[in-house]
Amino acid sequence: MRGLSVRDVWRSVAIALLLVAAILLPIGQKNYIIYVLTSWLIFTIAAMGLNLTLGYAGQISLAQASFMAIGAYVTALLTLAGWHWLAALPPALIISFVVGLILGYPALRVKGHFLAFVTLAFNTLVFLVLRNEDWLTGGTYGLSGMPRPDFGLFSTDKHLPFYYFTLGITVIAALALWGIVRSPWGRAFKALRENPVRAESLGVDTRRVTLLAFAIGSVYGGLAGALITPLVQFIEPGSFGLAHSLRILLMVVVGGAGYFFGPFIGAAVVILLPEVLRFTEGYYLIIYSALVIVMLVFVPSGLIGVWGRLKAKVWPKQQVRTDMAEGAGLQ
Amino acid sequence: MSDPVLSIRNIEKSFGGIRAVRGVSFDVHKGEVLGLIGPNGSGKSTLFNCILGQLAPDAGEVSVNGRSVAGMRASQMNRLGVGRTFQQLSVFPKMSVLDNIILAGQEHHGTMLSRLFGAPDAGLTGEAERMIAFFRLTHLRDELAGSLSYGQQKLVDAAMAFMAGPSLVLLDEPAGGVNLTMLSHFKERLSAYNAEHGTTFVVIEHNMEFVMSLCTRIIVLAEGAVIAEGSPDEIRANQTVIDAYLGG
Repeated sequence: MRGLSVRDVWRSVAIALLLVAAILLPIGQKNYIIYVLTSWLIFTIAAMGLNLTLGYAGQISLAQASFMAIGAYVTALLTLAGWHWLAALPPALIISFVVGLILGYPALRVKGHFLAFVTLAFNTLVFLVLRNEDWLTGGTYGLSGMPRPDFGLFSTDKHLPFYYFTLGITVIAALALWGIVRSPWGRAFKALRENPVRAESLGVDTRRVTLLAFAIGSVYGGLAGALITPLVQFIEPGSFGLAHSLRILLMVVVGGAGYFFGPFIGAAVVILLPEVLRFTEGYYLIIYSALVIVMLVFVPSGLIGVWGRLKAKVWPKQQVRTDMAEGAGLQ
Repeated sequence: MSDPVLSIRNIEKSFGGIRAVRGVSFDVHKGEVLGLIGPNGSGKSTLFNCILGQLAPDAGEVSVNGRSVAGMRASQMNRLGVGRTFQQLSVFPKMSVLDNIILAGQEHHGTMLSRLFGAPDAGLTGEAERMIAFFRLTHLRDELAGSLSYGQQKLVDAAMAFMAGPSLVLLDEPAGGVNLTMLSHFKERLSAYNAEHGTTFVVIEHNMEFVMSLCTRIIVLAEGAVIAEGSPDEIRANQTVIDAYLGG
């Protein structure tokens, strides 16, 4: 492979600046602001997972909130039973992976709108199980009192340490996803999205790649859920309904499906923008909804795609059609 | 003569009451460039799809390098050494030309885990660049495949089919929609690849000039059956073939 390009250097500098901003942002802020920023990070993780499934691999899913639920409830039950959060995390992720793998099987048979309805039904199923199996999940009353992780010298009981803890997990999750999408697996995911028949003819096992896209995306949902549990310290089925899956889908679409940084921007729009607009008092939801509609109409490729469109307009690429040049005797 | 790379035995395929392919048998040997021609509705595409496993034949057997490919998925056939191109444009439009070519080779290198934790290019950049250079696409290496001209995308499609070093490549109407300048270049590259690597080609094509100049042997189908077989010169002079094309 070639060395770092100028584009890579600029990208690295931008990421470093954003990371410094994320570290400095909550300092001196009220607890509520830190709570909202932590929510942004957690939903970014959930959206990263859906971005892999939908944006990179092209498999529609309306069930990401149900994987957050699985992660959240497994973590809650185990931490309430006295497990440390770090010990509760692997079971939460493994169960999310396995359930995601199972949910991937219908995707081998149905596509597009039909797959969307299958995943929608799954989300409803998980919601009903959480609501009705109250011997395990607490039913509509949910579960409460889950402790935040304590690492001896570093306790996350207060909001600011928990924010930094979540930021650390987000960075690790982002690096892992960066590794996946840059690897041959990432190339196979994109091939599945763009032309599954051609991908299969080139040796890509599209069945396995489809299942992996669902399973890995679900793990990110499970991780987000495992972080929601100690953040809110109270979970109930209503927090993981279809509306929440649609919110995560909105984050991916608004940010830019298939763009690595899309979920960060999308989650910021969906989580942070309503808070920023609160100064408009009773109008903030109307303004927020109008802004989202405008974005979807005018920037269908997502906010992160705006840069590419601007660049193409300001510096259009000139490509020589060598075949035509040869045909015209110009070469 | 060596064992055949591709062996077709008594392939039959019907759709309702129509017998699209009637007991077709032939062998293709290493290094051969076989043209499969025939008027519209002669059963070429049906036979092609039976070879590639996209249609299950009602009877008969297809073997590649002595191994039956019945029930195999396309990815399994590819790993067995079968490459193919498509009649329609079939690149990955939002991936660069280089990534298209690397993708075509990556599944033949390492394991699932090594492809996750190993080098992002699966160690194939050099090989992919050589393939890109072979098809004279080096200046387009980093362009998105979807932004290339029709003919250039056909070349990328062919380069992908060859990237894994297949023993057999099936080319489905490679000349369709390609301008004359690009077509001449395309044919010259296919011949060069065949000469360099001894890869076996099976070509379905309507462009007679292209088939006659590229292929070493031609099989003519009409109404699902083989009506003639021979060298390009023999086929040109064959009255049965002329009658089949002219409806005589």
